[in-house]
Amino acid sequence: MTRIPISALIGLFFTGAYFLAAIFADYIAPYGMAEIVGDVWEPASSKFLLGTDSIGRDLLSRMIYGGQTTILIATVATLLSFITGSILGFTAAVSGGWVDQVLSRFVDLIMSIPSLIFALVVLSVMPVTLPVLILVMGLLDATRVFRLSRAVAVDITVMDYVEAARLRGERQTWIIFCEILPNALSPLVAEMGLRFIFMVLFISTLSFLGLGVQPPLADWGGIVKENKDGIVYGIPAALIPAFAIATLAISVNLVADWVLNRTTSLKGGRGG
Amino acid sequence: MNPILRLLVQRIALGLILLLAASVLIFVGTEILPGDVAQSILGQSATPVSLANLREELGLNEPATTRYFSWLWDALHGDLGTALTNGRDISTSMGQRLGNTLFLAFWAAIIAVPVAILLGLIAVRYLGRWPDKLISGATLASVSVPEFLLGYIVMYLLAVQFRVFPTVSMIHDGMSLGEKLSAIALPVIVLVLVVLGHMMRMTRAAILNVMQSAYIETAELKGLRPFLVIARHAFPNAIAPVINVVMLNLAYLVVGVVVVEVVFVYPGMGQYLVDHVSKRDVPVVQACGLVFAAVYIGLNMLADIISILANPRLRHPK
Repeated sequence: MTRIPISALIGLFFTGAYFLAAIFADYIAPYGMAEIVGDVWEPASSKFLLGTDSIGRDLLSRMIYGGQTTILIATVATLLSFITGSILGFTAAVSGGWVDQVLSRFVDLIMSIPSLIFALVVLSVMPVTLPVLILVMGLLDATRVFRLSRAVAVDITVMDYVEAARLRGERQTWIIFCEILPNALSPLVAEMGLRFIFMVLFISTLSFLGLGVQPPLADWGGIVKENKDGIVYGIPAALIPAFAIATLAISVNLVADWVLNRTTSLKGGRGG
Repeated sequence: MNPILRLLVQRIALGLILLLAASVLIFVGTEILPGDVAQSILGQSATPVSLANLREELGLNEPATTRYFSWLWDALHGDLGTALTNGRDISTSMGQRLGNTLFLAFWAAIIAVPVAILLGLIAVRYLGRWPDKLISGATLASVSVPEFLLGYIVMYLLAVQFRVFPTVSMIHDGMSLGEKLSAIALPVIVLVLVVLGHMMRMTRAAILNVMQSAYIETAELKGLRPFLVIARHAFPNAIAPVINVVMLNLAYLVVGVVVVEVVFVYPGMGQYLVDHVSKRDVPVVQACGLVFAAVYIGLNMLADIISILANPRLRHPK
């Protein structure tokens, strides 16, 4: 076991804390999510650790439940984008020829429109529900995963062992899942951390614009939106969820950096 | 044919094809998706008669290909249709807002580009020492922070605590340039912070790449000052990737304005798009999507063209 650098430890600690808080939200939140327990924008006190929000709900409880929604959506969307993107990317690399051309040019096309703009265009006609949000975010982001996994897989398909598998007469699914996937896993896992952050930022931005998670559900971007008017009166309630997003993003980033360094050194320092 | 000319023509043709395909994608995204546009505009409680009327008004009874081509034909002539919600001509309402957005993005770019390049040069000069580490750390932080958080932090500090600038950035025609600049100071600061990190990191990487070359060693050995080596020998050779990064970030700026405009209630394209997405005003959303895609694709194309032009091997063929 190699020693874990201090930055990665900090990252692991905060990432773990956020995920645990999300999983056990029902047990640790002091009040209910939609429960009105105090005055509007009360300052932090021993009763309300982070104060109250724009209509008197406990901000800490809202933050914990909001984190649950944000992290859930981001995780599912990341998984969706990885499964779709990597399978399509590997297929393109293994098949080559027109399959590769069609898939790659289509991905180029989707990436030629900024994803936020494309998501807004699609959400203008779709009902804004959690499954639709996850689907839109996951599929739009799958284009980035496609590019990476195709690039990685193209290097692997020319290896002798893939050639050997082909000569043995293995089917395409075997080549993708048993030859390419295990060897492409480490760059993909490191990329996963970055995509997860991107998802957190994406869903928060959409909710902040009022086009993501809809009330009564809470999420971090939505909490910023609800409390933004307080800023003008000097009430920093809106900064708290924004701060949570930033610390989560930075700590996942630190972990991803460490995973990337560690896996590249295992591979004999390729590109490292 | 001159190889450089051929490359340029190829690249421009590719950009135009991409834009055409993007327009198809935007149209398909809003029209043929599961779900009825008329239904989603009017909501679940709409009566069949009002649905039929709206379908008639939107021309939804025509086949999709006919509607696409008439939409595209009109858009090419500068007619983007009328908004469903207020019946106003989209091109006129958008013209003013597009100008405002470009004004904002222009000032952000004017500040961000020189600062990013200078910081990149400094980071390479003090590679591995504290200025480099400080700059890299700040970059990591700024990449991980959502735009609206930066917006509110800046607003909280500069507009509420110290009252230097106004919290909302309303501008109108009657204002002088100075008043306008003071009004947009906060959004410009936020946009600069948003693109600075990435732009600086890529500049640093591009110059570091060149620093491996033999002519850099020569320059060092003849006793040039380290900063001069970087500025005079490394930077000109890294210009193509640097320009590429700058352009990509300008394209990103065009998207970043969407959020920043909402934060500061700035009357630009982003605000216009977001407002009409929540009102489900499909023609406006299509028009905005098309304009954003055109700007984005155009800037990407420009980045490629400039890096082709910046390559001396292509400019002077043997």
